[in-house]
Amino acid sequence: MVGAGFTSAHFHQGTCLLGIIMKPHLKPPRWAERLLTFFCAPHLLEEVQGDLHERFERQVLLFGVKIARRQYAWNVLSFIRPFALKRKPNPYPTTFLYSPTMLRNYLKIALRNLAKNTVYSFINIGGLAVGMAVAMLIGLWIYDELSYDKYHQNYDRLAQVMQHQTFNGHKGTESSIPMPLVNELRTKYGSDFKHLAMATWQGARILSYEEKKITRSGNYMDVDMPRMLSLKMLKGNYDGLKELNSVILSASTAKSLFGATDPMGKIMKLENKMDVKVTGVYEDLPFNTSFRDLKFIAPWKLYVSSQKWVQRAFDENQWGNNSFQLFAQIADNAVVRQSDMTKLSAKIKNVKWDKVDAEEKKFKAEIFLHPMSDWHLRSNWEEGVKTGGFIQYVWLFAIVGGFVLLLACINFMNLSTARSEKRAKEVGIRKAVGSIRAQLINQFFSESYLVVAFAYVGAILFILVLLPWFNEVSGKKMVFPWAEPTFWLISLGFIFITGLLAGSYPALYLSSFQPIRVLKGTFKAGRFAAVPRKVLVVIQFTVSVTLITGTIIVYRQIQHTKNRPMGYDTNGLITMEMMSPEFYGKYDVLRTELKNKGAIVEMAESSSPLTGVHSNNGGFSWPGKDPSLHADFATIWVTHDFGKTVGWQFKEGRDFSRQFSTDTTAIVINEAAVKFMGIKDPVGKVVQWGDDKDAEYFTIVGVIKDMLMESPYEPVKQTIYFMGYENVNWMTLKLNPNKSASESIAKIEATYKKIIPSAPFSYKFVNDEFGKKFVSEERIGKLAGGFAILAILISCLGLFGLASFTAEQRTKEIGVRKVLGASVFHLWGLLSKDFVVLVIISCFIATPIAYYYLNDWLQDYKYHTNISWWVFALAGVGALAITLLTVSYQSIKAALMNPVKSLKTE
Amino acid sequence: MKRTYLGEFEEIVLLTVAVLGQGAYGVAITDELDRQTGRAVSISAVHAALHRLEEKGMLSSHMGDATAERGGRRKRLFSVTALGSRTLQEVREQRNRLWDSIAPQSLPAFGIVM
Repeated sequence: MVGAGFTSAHFHQGTCLLGIIMKPHLKPPRWAERLLTFFCAPHLLEEVQGDLHERFERQVLLFGVKIARRQYAWNVLSFIRPFALKRKPNPYPTTFLYSPTMLRNYLKIALRNLAKNTVYSFINIGGLAVGMAVAMLIGLWIYDELSYDKYHQNYDRLAQVMQHQTFNGHKGTESSIPMPLVNELRTKYGSDFKHLAMATWQGARILSYEEKKITRSGNYMDVDMPRMLSLKMLKGNYDGLKELNSVILSASTAKSLFGATDPMGKIMKLENKMDVKVTGVYEDLPFNTSFRDLKFIAPWKLYVSSQKWVQRAFDENQWGNNSFQLFAQIADNAVVRQSDMTKLSAKIKNVKWDKVDAEEKKFKAEIFLHPMSDWHLRSNWEEGVKTGGFIQYVWLFAIVGGFVLLLACINFMNLSTARSEKRAKEVGIRKAVGSIRAQLINQFFSESYLVVAFAYVGAILFILVLLPWFNEVSGKKMVFPWAEPTFWLISLGFIFITGLLAGSYPALYLSSFQPIRVLKGTFKAGRFAAVPRKVLVVIQFTVSVTLITGTIIVYRQIQHTKNRPMGYDTNGLITMEMMSPEFYGKYDVLRTELKNKGAIVEMAESSSPLTGVHSNNGGFSWPGKDPSLHADFATIWVTHDFGKTVGWQFKEGRDFSRQFSTDTTAIVINEAAVKFMGIKDPVGKVVQWGDDKDAEYFTIVGVIKDMLMESPYEPVKQTIYFMGYENVNWMTLKLNPNKSASESIAKIEATYKKIIPSAPFSYKFVNDEFGKKFVSEERIGKLAGGFAILAILISCLGLFGLASFTAEQRTKEIGVRKVLGASVFHLWGLLSKDFVVLVIISCFIATPIAYYYLNDWLQDYKYHTNISWWVFALAGVGALAITLLTVSYQSIKAALMNPVKSLKTE
Repeated sequence: MKRTYLGEFEEIVLLTVAVLGQGAYGVAITDELDRQTGRAVSISAVHAALHRLEEKGMLSSHMGDATAERGGRRKRLFSVTALGSRTLQEVREQRNRLWDSIAPQSLPAFGIVM
């Protein structure tokens, strides 16, 4: 008895000792305990745990903690037996989660919830619909861009043969190639190419049949071209161009020229001089192809034989005359991969260089293939290296579209998290009356999917409304892909993902609330519950501010370029191409008659239109010329009155004049040319063109200010203006400023009809033509502006929702503050401050991002504006002002509320 | 004679429950088994057997009071039912009958002659 008492006391003491010293270790391994609770059936858990615990405590005393713990773990593992795993069947009937009644209930409750919170529902659905519409529009646009030229079956195998040449240390890239190249490629690398086809440049030409005359854009191309382009022949076949005097027409051309009659075999006139027989009609090429304006094709051989200089280039095998285009289809056996094109390019690299004379060798001509798949999106080269092209904008807008959608999703999530506290009570009540968690999850998901579905329908409506406008802005002809299964599949996937993302927070988090806690009112979202919401608002405004800044800069760049000094006066200038032989030799008659009628002030002819330079020539020299300089100039032939017509401005010297008979060898150069030549006092200097034997000599009579004829973003090229009446292709007329343009033009047309009856009268305003040079930048500006507005709109919608939510939540606080004497202004500041801080943070994040990308963008333009700080300031202040406007409505409303009302309850 | 089949281990567990009387629960049964037979039985095997016996209706159980040494968890206390008791009796009688039927010298000598 005594012994036993002693032992027990001893044991007791031991436990205490151990308990004090080894308390942290006196427990069984946590993982084993957790494992047991995980797998053991709940109705057995208590006894099993108890037994194991009892065992463990005894083992600790007998063998020590370590062994005891190991034993415990082993025992737990040995309990993995069927009897312990098997759950006791639930005595109650199962709840129906997906029965039709329940589904109807979810839907009904969701609809009621939407109808109850009209503002939230509107913000959610409206914002999401706009975001989705933007994303879909951009998706359509990207799809259209990427499917460019895919109409051609040989899309993967077609390429244009092009060359890099080095002039004055700079490697330039051009698509014009010399004529003998085609035969050289055929003989040396015949097995690598299936077809090779020469072509000249696509341009407007006169087509006439009997009395009917039309102007259509078309080209002279080799026999194989229709086959290479896989044209859909409606009449005739691919061999239509085998005859020398033949032509194939697009369906629309054939219709406007021949009407309903069958055009096949009819003899028509091309460029008012050649009789050709129609040997085929092909389906017009779709809008998103590079050859969309190819409305007729005439044989290449006809072109060669009809143009003397071309015939000469052919007869003499002129390697130095880079004036033509060459298209190729690589052999079928070659595996079609980008790398194979590259390999073949490397193979044919020196094909021209090997053939040219020593003088030409220094230009280091490199022939290469430019695959059709790159024509539209990757056509920029910098020093002979492909640097992308339009693809950059595709990427840019893909990112922007993604962001706009993200903004809308953020709104959705923000509003649902913000409302979570309110709905916590609902969850509590539902659970208390017997809802199980899965039902709550279904409930919340059905709400979010309902919103997404409404938004999707809204987005489609938006697109249907916006598509014509978007087509106009983006210069596309896109249609809504109703019949495209992929579109619907993507849409479904999209709805699924958005609904899941937006609904997962309330569905998974809110449904886990403990009913007791929420219903007792002790539930409070943590201090940091609002942090993710704030981060999301910052993201929204960062995107918006960046877009605003981008829009401002794009517009400034356009404005800056438009304000660039032109060097001549485009007002009242009209221009027309001399498209048939009848135009020539009528200059004096036309001029006198038009001037007499008072329709024009002056007119002139030139070899290039005012908005382009069509020829460049090398081989010039002058006293004091650096021998290593490759003297390459833009060369333009003009008639005497050109200067007076366009109003060029002289820096030195004089204009061409009829009073000097020597002026046939006079030239006028621009300032860039003076700089390029590196000469002082240029007037009176003699310039030599060509080699000693058949050299021609020209005297500089005047220097004009640079005339902006080509890209407004590039510096003006050194240019020589020659006197000439034969080389000219364009007429330019200066309308009489004292009369209305339409009146003058009517007179001009009448005169033309009288003097040149065989040619259709078509003219263009130089102002409009010049404006076309800004089309792509203006397009980007408009799109960026549109997206910026949408981004701001969506962000503000979200902000509005959040502000109304906070105001509502702090109703009591505001009431108390008012009772204690706070002013409306103070309360307004209190409620607005939080949001203003967030927007300021966004501005600070957005500024460096915007600066980095826009600076990069501007560097692509040689003539560009600078980014000044006020642009960022303006964007920031604008964003702040919009934020304050948005938030103020809610905060002032809250601040003005009668405290009696807000404090009455409770 | 038809009765529910009783495995050897089940029989021993059932007997041990009977031996322990009021205090028959998992750990006690395991310890008693160890002491009486020298078998080191795992606690889970005992639980499994008890569970099976309860399903066969030879044991009944109720939860006892909470005890501190088990972290406040209750014991499940087992007692033999009438069916269990009858089955044990039958098994015993059957054994006895068999022993009685053995001829005196048919078992090999085992040291001490009884």
